Amino acid sequence: MPMPAGEIESLIREGIPDARVEIIDLAGDGDHYEARVVAESFRGQPRVKQHQRVYQALGGRMGNELHALKLSTAVPE
Amino acid sequence: MTDVSTRIDEIVKKSDIVLFMKGTALFPQCGFSSRAVAILDHLGVAFETVDVLQDPEIRNGIKDYSDWPTIPQLYVKGEFVGGSDIMMEMFEAGELQQLLTEKQVAKA
Repeated sequence: MPMPAGEIESLIREGIPDARVEIIDLAGDGDHYEARVVAESFRGQPRVKQHQRVYQALGGRMGNELHALKLSTAVPE
Repeated sequence: MTDVSTRIDEIVKKSDIVLFMKGTALFPQCGFSSRAVAILDHLGVAFETVDVLQDPEIRNGIKDYSDWPTIPQLYVKGEFVGGSDIMMEMFEAGELQQLLTEKQVAKA
């Protein structure tokens, strides 16, 4: 079940208010995305925790409606 | 602990490196799993794989066990490390190699 890029972006922003989010539709099929999430509040958190926060923001859609999301997280330079 | 998390606990503690994946190391059934296998192969370490497609109980249970929604999942010495994106980021930064050295995981 495809999911529009804008919806992914707004869910992440809602869950992580200080996040800058960039979504790339990798295959043009609305089903394979890459998300780059940069947030000051990631600072000091291990990568696993940063990714878990993004998955939490997506509220259970990851692995269900959202099949393939390549995720990278970072703190602002 | 539920039965399935006890099972998972035993699996991840039995081997130094365990990869829960879709398919097998020789025949991965998903691009993300395939990438995870390629990274471990490249590092030249011995690892066990668990094919979650053959075991629906593990496939669901592993997500609660690690609070992580996707497969593959890498465990080193019983500890959850991450999925394929984290493995790739860590590998590129040299952190995965460092983790294996710190945890004293021998080369195959």
